Order: sequence, then C-alpha cells, then structure tokens
Amino acid sequence: MNDLRERLVEKISKKQKILSIYLTAGFPEADSTVSLLRAIAENGADLIELGVPFSDPQADGPVIQQASQKALDAGMRVAKVFSILQEFRCFSTVPVILMGYANPFMKYGWRRCAEEAAAAGANGFIIPDLPPEESGDLTRLCRTNGLDQIYLITPVTPVTRIELINSLTSGFIYAVSITGVTGERRELPLETIQFLRRLRKTSRHPVLVGFGVSNQETAKSLAAESDGVIIGSAIIRLIAESKNTGEACEKVKAFVWMIKDSLGEIA
Amino acid sequence: MDGNLSKIKASRFPDEFGRFGKYGGRYVPEILMPAVTELTQEYEKVKNDLQFIKILAQLHSQYSGRPNPLTFADRLTAVTGGAKIYLKREDLNHTGAHKINNVLGQLLLAQRMGKTRIIAETGAGQHGVATATVAAKFGLDCHVYMGEVDTLRQRLNVFRMQYLGAEVIPVKTGSRTLKDAINEAIRDWVTNVKNTFYCIGSVVGMHPYPMIVRDFQSIIGQETRQQHQAAEGRLPDAVVACVGGGSNAMGMFYPFLDDKKVKLFGVEAGGRGNDEGEHAATLSLGEPGILHGMFTYMLQTEDGQVADVHSISAGLDYSGVGPEHSWLKDTGRACYTAVDDAQALEAMALLARTEGIIPALESAHAVALAVQLAGKMGREESLVICLSGRGDKDMESVFDLAQKGGADE
Repeated sequence: MNDLRERLVEKISKKQKILSIYLTAGFPEADSTVSLLRAIAENGADLIELGVPFSDPQADGPVIQQASQKALDAGMRVAKVFSILQEFRCFSTVPVILMGYANPFMKYGWRRCAEEAAAAGANGFIIPDLPPEESGDLTRLCRTNGLDQIYLITPVTPVTRIELINSLTSGFIYAVSITGVTGERRELPLETIQFLRRLRKTSRHPVLVGFGVSNQETAKSLAAESDGVIIGSAIIRLIAESKNTGEACEKVKAFVWMIKDSLGEIA
Repeated sequence: MDGNLSKIKASRFPDEFGRFGKYGGRYVPEILMPAVTELTQEYEKVKNDLQFIKILAQLHSQYSGRPNPLTFADRLTAVTGGAKIYLKREDLNHTGAHKINNVLGQLLLAQRMGKTRIIAETGAGQHGVATATVAAKFGLDCHVYMGEVDTLRQRLNVFRMQYLGAEVIPVKTGSRTLKDAINEAIRDWVTNVKNTFYCIGSVVGMHPYPMIVRDFQSIIGQETRQQHQAAEGRLPDAVVACVGGGSNAMGMFYPFLDDKKVKLFGVEAGGRGNDEGEHAATLSLGEPGILHGMFTYMLQTEDGQVADVHSISAGLDYSGVGPEHSWLKDTGRACYTAVDDAQALEAMALLARTEGIIPALESAHAVALAVQLAGKMGREESLVICLSGRGDKDMESVFDLAQKGGADE
C-alpha cells in the first residue's frame, strides 16, 4: 500500500521538515545498495529516491553521471533495481521513489515497469525527461498500480504551468532550486528563496527542494522555505570517497544524522 | 496515422505536438519547457515575416554564396553507364558544407529573441565551424561542445573555431563523441537558459528543432527542384543524401515529399560491420526509443542504454536520427540503407578522380549508394546527390589511412 503522501502530510502536520536522500542503484556495486539504503533509512531519512542508472543522464551533473556509468559498468539493470528494492523492503517501510530517465523504462516496457515496481514496494516514479505532455502511458499505469508520479517545478516555470503540474503531480512537488543540473553548490541565489515562497503559496502538495543542496547551511535555508530537502550528489560523493561499503555506510549515516539534526533546529 | 501517405500531405508535419506520426515530441527536463515553448512561438512569428525572410535571403546570396550550382557529373555518369548523376553543391557554401544554411537561420532568430550567448554541439566540426563563423559575423558570444575523440580526429576544425573567436569545450563524458556533446550542450542550456540560445546542428532534439532545422535546410531541395527543372525540364527520379542526424537529407527531401514519383534515399554509416558499436546505421539497425528529447529510431543496448557507434566519418556517427526520418522510414516514403567505411572511401576517391571534387567522407556515403543506384537505372533517368560538404577536413585522416593501407583503424 502506497502511503507516501500520508507520511509526508503527517510529518508536515507535526511541523517537522522532510529529508529525502538520493542514491544511485548499483553504485559503486550492486551488493552495496541494500546496505546503503538501510543506512539512509535507519538514520533519519523520510524518503529515498533510488536512481535507476542511464548512460546519458541529461539533467544530472558530473557526480551522478559518473556514479551512473559506474553502476552500469558493474551490471546494474532495471530488473535488478526491482530486486534490490524488494530485498530492502524486508527491512524498511521508508518510501522509495524510483528516479530514472525514460528510455530504459520504456525499453523494459511501461506496463511491466509499473507492475513490477509496485510489486517490489516502490512508491512512485520521478522521470526528469518525461514532462506531463509525454507521460500519458505512465500516468495511467501509475494510477492503476497505486504509484505516485512526481513532477518537477523550476524557477523558470510560468504560473499557468505550475497550475498544470499541481493538478497532475501526486505525492509531492519536486522544486528545482536553481536553473542547472544536479550537483553541490556552495551558495544558492536569493531568487531561489523568492521562487520557493511563490511556489508554496500555490502548491496543493508538499514541496521538497532539490538540486544544489549539499550541507547543513543550504539544507536549513531551503527547508525553512519549503516542506523539506532532497540531497543527492553530496551523498554520492561521500560514497565515492569511501574505500568499501562499510566505510560508505558509516559516512552516509553520519551525514544523514547531521542534516536531520540541523533540520530539527528549524522545525 | 502512420502508413497512409496516399491521403495526407507529408509536408504538413510535424503536428502541434511536434510529432511526425508517433515520432518526435518533447522529452525534456521541465526547466527547458518554457525555453522550447518560447522558441516555437518566436519561430512561428519569423517564419512568415517578410523582413526576416529578406535578411536571410541576403545572407544566403551575399555571405554564403547561394544559390550553389547543380553540377552534371558527366564522367561519373559515364562510369556507371546508367542514370544521369547531378551533384547539389553544398560543398561550395561558405565554410564548406550545408551546415551554414541552418546556422544563419537560427542565429538570426537568436538575435531576434535578444539572446547574446550561443551554444552548439559539433561532431565532425562542420556545424561548430559554421556556428563560430556566423557568431563572429553577428558579434555573438559562441561556445561549442565537441566530443574529445572528435577534437582529436578533427583538430584543424577545432583550431578554425578558436580562430573565429569561439570557445571549444572538449567533452570527456560517455563515449566522448557527438551524443555526449549534445548532452553537455543541453546541460549548459539548462543552466544558462535565460540568456542562451542553443543552435542545434541537425534535425534532431526536442520539438521545435527538427522542424526549424529542416525548414532552414530546405533551401537545398528548393534550389535543386528549380535547377533540375531548368536542366532536364522535369523533376529528378531520385535524390540521395547521407544521414547522420539527417539535416542535409531532410533539407533535400522535404521539398520533394509530396512528389511521390521522386524516390528518396538516405544513406547511413555502415562502419565496420553490423555488431553493436561498429556502425551508425540507426534506421537500418536500430529501434525506436527516447534520446535527446525525441522519440525516434536509436541504437541502444537490450537494456535501453544508448549504444556506442562508429563511422569513419565523424559527422555520421550519432546514435539517434531525426524523428522525421523515422517517420519517413515507417511510412515507406524514403528508403534507408547503409554504406560501410571502405565503400565510402572508394566513392570519395572515385568522385575526386572523375569529377575533380573531393567530397566530405559523410557525402561520400551518398556518392557510394548513388553510383550503385545509377547503374540500375535507365539512361533517360536522373538522380541528384546531395554533396553536403567538401573533403578538405578529411584529407589528414584519409592520408593516415592510406599510410596504414586500409579502412581499418
């Protein structure tokens, strides 16, 4: 049963901020993913975005690109992501959204994807290169399989389009903090805050902010203007810098704790 | 909608959703949606703007040297003993290829839109050189993404771009060729979308690019119609063009789409063989998928990852192809075949020695198929090869191959 939205709404009603963590499936190798997912889930993440790797990830910066390539080289495939998720579900109920590009899913078959994702315990999909105009097939299949489909809104999205996405997204809205690709940023422009304030006034869904969130400062300042933050590249970099899965899990655990802690301060 | 071209005009596509049949569309990150919508609106405005059309026509005649001739290749025709072969001489354009037709149009549009920063991707370097050239002429800031592998095999073009004042950014991700250069250009566009115009080099990418580039390249086919009419009193029986992304082919084909008697042949790069990674024969050997914002035939692995490609010609080795070509293939309006590296090299030499014209390796693929076709056609028939570019840029690599004694690297 997909309880993503209830969980997020409950958090928000308790005036708590949501922390979502992104992880590329199969990076640095298939065997490390379940351990890393557990380290993330058991140390305070409210939501996980599990990246399904693609050879040509247009919306991602160098850190996630390289992780994706490494995962593919190590043999990660769509079917394998589902089996990893299924294994993770033996340990945890933390919601998991599959995040990947359209072509590997389409090649696998949209129907098969939606059915197997739901069976494996996924809560939904985020597909950055599948805007509302192109996602008819998947939208239908998500509904019949009880999955959420999350769309992105960016600082350049016009008001009329925000309204459209508001009506189509389910689960939450993924607010892109800046114009650009994923990756860590030292500081975020002032207009990001203005954008989030505007968006929050009109959104009928929880608003989580991603792209460029890399440390306590950026997490705090963005969470203050939204319902929570999404962190990806910073986590991937920590894993890349680790010698083995054990060390990676320790680093990830400490990082998630630290961010969670700083989000607690503004709750 | 597919498959029944007898009742519909092929030339009226794409539809309002940017679709050619089921192909095309806009599979882009949300951040680009306002930019592609704005681009579509601005393009629709200038398309029929007499002032815009007049300035573009002036640039064609006074800057890039149009109309270029339709040359009767009498000695090549004699070799085949069949149909009369004509060459549409895009190689004689300023910068030596058809690419400038599109760049002049797009950068004029960029100026209209008040965008001062231009980005482009390039494979062989021809589109990059054309973009750097027109950016210099218009006083625009120009940045060209080029796969690192391509910067090495086309280093003279890298220098040409730099000499013209453009920045060339070698792309070191993925296979380090054209598809990766497009990815990086899209990432740049996503980041700098407010002031940047992405001048895409072929009939690929998200709507409206396949339409815009086709329209700007259509001058090739329009001139060919008139010139062939003047020379032979009728339209040609066939036209032949090479297809990487497919812009010179679309430019040649489009004005003939509704003339069903004119057969359209697209020639892809057969490379070294049919195994994955050994060719770039997207329409011949690929299957539909989503790449670079479009639904189109593409070369992919069984897991849906973008496959690596090979061609002796840097301008043809692309894993995707323009969506309109995918549609023309499925409807049967155009035929697509592949010509391998060795055949292309042979055709390059043949054209050089019979006509005194050294074609680009890309165009040599079209020459190779045309020679085969002409031999099977009657002497009263005629065909036109789109000679999309000149071969000067390829002399160094052909020289290296000759030293090694073969097409295999």
